[in-house]
Amino acid sequence: MSRARRASTRAPLWLLLPAAVVLGGLFLYPMYQLGLLSVLDFTQAQVSGGQPTRFVGAENYTRLLGDSRFWEVLLSTVLFAAACVLATLAVGAGLAVLLTRVSRIPRLLLSLAAMAAWAVPAVSGSTTWMFLFDTDLGFVNQLLGIEGFNWMYDRYTAFGLVGAVVVWASFPFVMVTLYAGIEAVPKSVLEAAALDGAGAWRSFWQIMVPILRPVLAIVVIQSVIWDFKVFTQIYIMTRGGGLAGQNLTLNVYAYQQAFASSEYGRGAAIGVVMTLILLAVTLVYLRALRRSGEQL
Amino acid sequence: MRLRLAAAAALALTITACAPSTSAPAPGATDGGPRTGALKVWLFDEPNRAPKEAVVKEAVTEFTAAHPDTTVDVQYIAVDTRSERFKGAFNDPASAPDVVEYGNTDLPEYATAGGLADLGAVVGNWPEGADLAADAKASATYRGTLLGVPWYLGVRALYYRTDVLAELGLKPPATLAELTSTARAVRAAKPDMFGVAVGGKYTFGALPFVWANGGDITSIDSAPSRAGLTAYTALIAEDNCPPQNCADLTGGKTVELFASGKAAMGILGNFNRAAVDAGAAKGRYAVVPLPGLTAGSIAPAFAGGNNLGIMKNAQRPALAADFLTLLASRKYQARMYDAMGNLPTLKPASAEVVAKDPFVKPFVDTIGAGTRFVPLDPGWGKIDASAVLPTMIEKVATGKATVDEATTEAAKLIDEALTP
Repeated sequence: MSRARRASTRAPLWLLLPAAVVLGGLFLYPMYQLGLLSVLDFTQAQVSGGQPTRFVGAENYTRLLGDSRFWEVLLSTVLFAAACVLATLAVGAGLAVLLTRVSRIPRLLLSLAAMAAWAVPAVSGSTTWMFLFDTDLGFVNQLLGIEGFNWMYDRYTAFGLVGAVVVWASFPFVMVTLYAGIEAVPKSVLEAAALDGAGAWRSFWQIMVPILRPVLAIVVIQSVIWDFKVFTQIYIMTRGGGLAGQNLTLNVYAYQQAFASSEYGRGAAIGVVMTLILLAVTLVYLRALRRSGEQL
Repeated sequence: MRLRLAAAAALALTITACAPSTSAPAPGATDGGPRTGALKVWLFDEPNRAPKEAVVKEAVTEFTAAHPDTTVDVQYIAVDTRSERFKGAFNDPASAPDVVEYGNTDLPEYATAGGLADLGAVVGNWPEGADLAADAKASATYRGTLLGVPWYLGVRALYYRTDVLAELGLKPPATLAELTSTARAVRAAKPDMFGVAVGGKYTFGALPFVWANGGDITSIDSAPSRAGLTAYTALIAEDNCPPQNCADLTGGKTVELFASGKAAMGILGNFNRAAVDAGAAKGRYAVVPLPGLTAGSIAPAFAGGNNLGIMKNAQRPALAADFLTLLASRKYQARMYDAMGNLPTLKPASAEVVAKDPFVKPFVDTIGAGTRFVPLDPGWGKIDASAVLPTMIEKVATGKATVDEATTEAAKLIDEALTP
């Protein structure tokens, strides 16, 4: 009896083992290495064995946190990511609702268009948008009659354009996920609300959004993580951070400061800080959800 | 397994052969190593490699004829992944080549990794070594040790449109101040054209202005450096090259502007000739050295180029030295110019090249007037990668900072990056 019970309490551990092995190999070990690198003086000379590796403690962190440039970049990254998340959610949710309202053919066309945008690799997408918005020869500038207008010259038009590309590439995920969620909302509930006199707006906010909350949570966390880590679009469209670095985001900054200049210890420190920020954002969001009564 | 054993045996031989017999203060690369067998050579792969390969083949034939029982195994390595290949060779002596070609700005990285052999004795014993220009030698010297033989150079000079300047009755500028006034005159007369194409990300276009004024990268906040930067950034303005168009241009983009006929002048390299000849400017341009402060002087140019070196763990250093000096000789430098348009580093070779092709003269004159180089320090890679100088220029060009503010900030970053 007792042996059987012990076996049954151990069973979950055995069942978790494959996942634990995979996570340990693919997640924990690299995280450990990242943390280790971030407390070492580790540059190209150490990689190729020309100089011994040196433990520097928190020096990489103190230098990073003491750098005013880092805080500027962090602030613009947070604001840029927040704007992108909001825009992605608004566009994705709006089109998801639209999908449920239109007939089959337009729905198919819209889905196909969105899938195409989703499927385009970030590098190709960014480059295509660059062609469209080229200063002298771009289609958009010629259409608007503003040849010679450089979208990348002003900090905010540059961020706006890059943001549009980020949203364009990431709204399909939000749209598809929310569309599936909306389709799963029981029709009877909506009918009951309609009978009670609720309009479209009211039934969206008071019926659909609460039912969709778990789906929304996933979509929001995904978007936050994606948009916080945006690299390709910024790197390609603003040629590595924009005029005088005005469009740097944290990932491009890390690449520039650390990997392109072979300061792997410093880069690892930035990586750890980014991971902590994302973890914190995710935890705060999950807590807020839990407090509002939702079990995840 | 047998191969590895053979390699280990060869390595053991090399070590035993060179360690005790040497009388030089340090075990130099010239001592020892088998005088027969396969010499391994790494050269850079290039988009149009066939002419280079033909010249190298010729050198190999000459070399093997003079050295019985040797073969030369030449590998062309991709420029993009050269860093990884070199790191691998430094880490694993058995797979290391003997002779290598490497970019001269990569020198500090390889030197700190301790991978290149001292060539002081090799060049000292090489009769043609005396013909190497001092600037070129300095660009291959790291902390007092010569780690490479400059093989060829590329420098920039002032390309200008002969038709545009003639139409406006202008002469090619003789001083940097005249360059500015000529550029403005062109733009005033032809508002759809830029006077001289300049860019915020074009570091090697801006540095000659700094150097001509007596400044340098390591003293970027000094008065002479600031004067140079003021002159350069003043060109990124409505009356020459408007910030909206030019503040974020790279050197490559200025080549496009000049080649397509959008700019009347450009600071382009000898290696950009084919690109310009492929554009609208073909047949309507000439080249003069970029002028300095006074008439007749030349602004110091950045001497980019490639060196030949010998790996510290080369197995046949003596053979390697013979092959290196052959490939770097006057004869093969001149051949390499014919094949690839690379400027020779030996004075007699450049004289020979100028006699054959007058196009090269302004570039050779620029080299003759003295060239400059980026700081030979592993920190330069970091300064370059974190775009310290372009950021500084762009801040001034877009009015986000004054020259004084931008240079003070850049000087701080440069000081931090360079090892004390």
